[in-house]
Amino acid sequence: MIEERQILNQKDIQITIERLCQQLIEHHGDFKNTVIVGVQPRGTFLSNRIIIKLKQLLNTTNLESGSLDISFYRDDLRMREEPIVPEIMDMNLSLEGKNVVLIDDVLFTGRSIRSAIDALMAFGRPKSVELLTLIDRRFSRDLPIQPNYVGRIIDALDSEKVIVEWKEVNGRDRILMVKSD
Amino acid sequence: MSNLSVDHLLGIKYLAKSDIDLIFKTADNFKKIINQPIKKVPSLRDITIANLFFENSTRTKLSFELAEKRLSADVINFSSSSSSVTKGETLLDTVNNILAMKVDIVVMRHPNPGASVFLSRNIDAKIVNAGDGTHEHPTQALLDAYSIREKYGIVTGKKIVIVGDILHSRVALSNIYCLKKLGAEVKVCGPSSLMPKHLDALGVTHFSDLKEALEWCDVANVLRIQLERQDVNYFPSLREYAMVYGVNKEMLDSLEKEITIMHPGPINRGVELSSDAADSKHAIILDQVENGVAIRMAVLYLLAGKIKK
Repeated sequence: MIEERQILNQKDIQITIERLCQQLIEHHGDFKNTVIVGVQPRGTFLSNRIIIKLKQLLNTTNLESGSLDISFYRDDLRMREEPIVPEIMDMNLSLEGKNVVLIDDVLFTGRSIRSAIDALMAFGRPKSVELLTLIDRRFSRDLPIQPNYVGRIIDALDSEKVIVEWKEVNGRDRILMVKSD
Repeated sequence: MSNLSVDHLLGIKYLAKSDIDLIFKTADNFKKIINQPIKKVPSLRDITIANLFFENSTRTKLSFELAEKRLSADVINFSSSSSSVTKGETLLDTVNNILAMKVDIVVMRHPNPGASVFLSRNIDAKIVNAGDGTHEHPTQALLDAYSIREKYGIVTGKKIVIVGDILHSRVALSNIYCLKKLGAEVKVCGPSSLMPKHLDALGVTHFSDLKEALEWCDVANVLRIQLERQDVNYFPSLREYAMVYGVNKEMLDSLEKEITIMHPGPINRGVELSSDAADSKHAIILDQVENGVAIRMAVLYLLAGKIKK
């Protein structure tokens, strides 16, 4: 049997993103030396929303950003049934000396973020890297990786799935916890 | 689909169109990777690759080696001129000895057609054919078709003429298979003596007039005359071949439309291709070389994904 529970609705997500943006502004000011990087594929939906909101709040059109594909930096190529199909890498920028805010939707084992940090370094040596995630599954970590900015902390079992739906692909914004026997 | 339908890359003949599409899509990403400030990814760091070259090669060998290193694989190189093959060792013994060193993928060039197919049936490693005699050279065909796709956005419906020594060319055979699978129109051009007997079976027709062929095509893939594989004289002299089948800038400028010139290298300047044509804006020869690394990275990455831990 599949059990579904909504954790955040559209309004909640909107409020959370707004709060995350305020926290980012608190730390990065005018974003002159900061780059926003979304992790492909699903982190980029969140990073796009954050970029739009930040531009509104800062009243600017000038925010450096990129989309990072981590397929070739993962550690599980030979453990999967099928190889990961890579996504678009859109990183026409240098991260040398920049403050990077890495964005993903769900922080689970930390392995994707480990790969993402590895991938980031191919674009220069950043001054700092911070992590922002919409959901932090805090008891599921395989690696010592913690986010700097969190939308919502969730305690979930390994058998439970957290699904983030975006209007762009799923028709509406919501976050679900799915439990199957 | 995100998995190849084959366990080895032995020839284009054995690939499905979806395999070629998957290799191209993966190569798109590797092309971005090799243009990054740091061009190396850790994908294959637990994989060992042996490059076995029983026949001379410069660019294919370098291209494979670079692709392997950019994927962080461990690489060992072997060439027959400096090995025990000259002492009478069989192919299977040579390869089994190398495999005893825990090699996961073998990239092999061999003068005998079918050598890589033979190997794939007898050893436990993924095989990539880097050219087997006059049979196939699959990665060359993939990078050629990929370069056409890059230039025109699509391969389907494009008209491609392959000019030169079709009879002895593994590049021609692999190109014909690959371009046909992608829906291109393919014709060949060259002296009748250098045309294989079974052209019809491949669904390819023959131009004997170069100008007519160039007028017809969007892309001309010009091949080298393989003197080393020719056991008899197929044409009177290289000078005469150059006069009748050599592509030059004057000829390209006289065409009604602009066509693209490709060459798998090495070029015999002044024979099949004049210097001014090889260095002209028509030529995408150096793009082919760059794309070769991305294509080989894609092939090795996808095959390595099939080696389970």
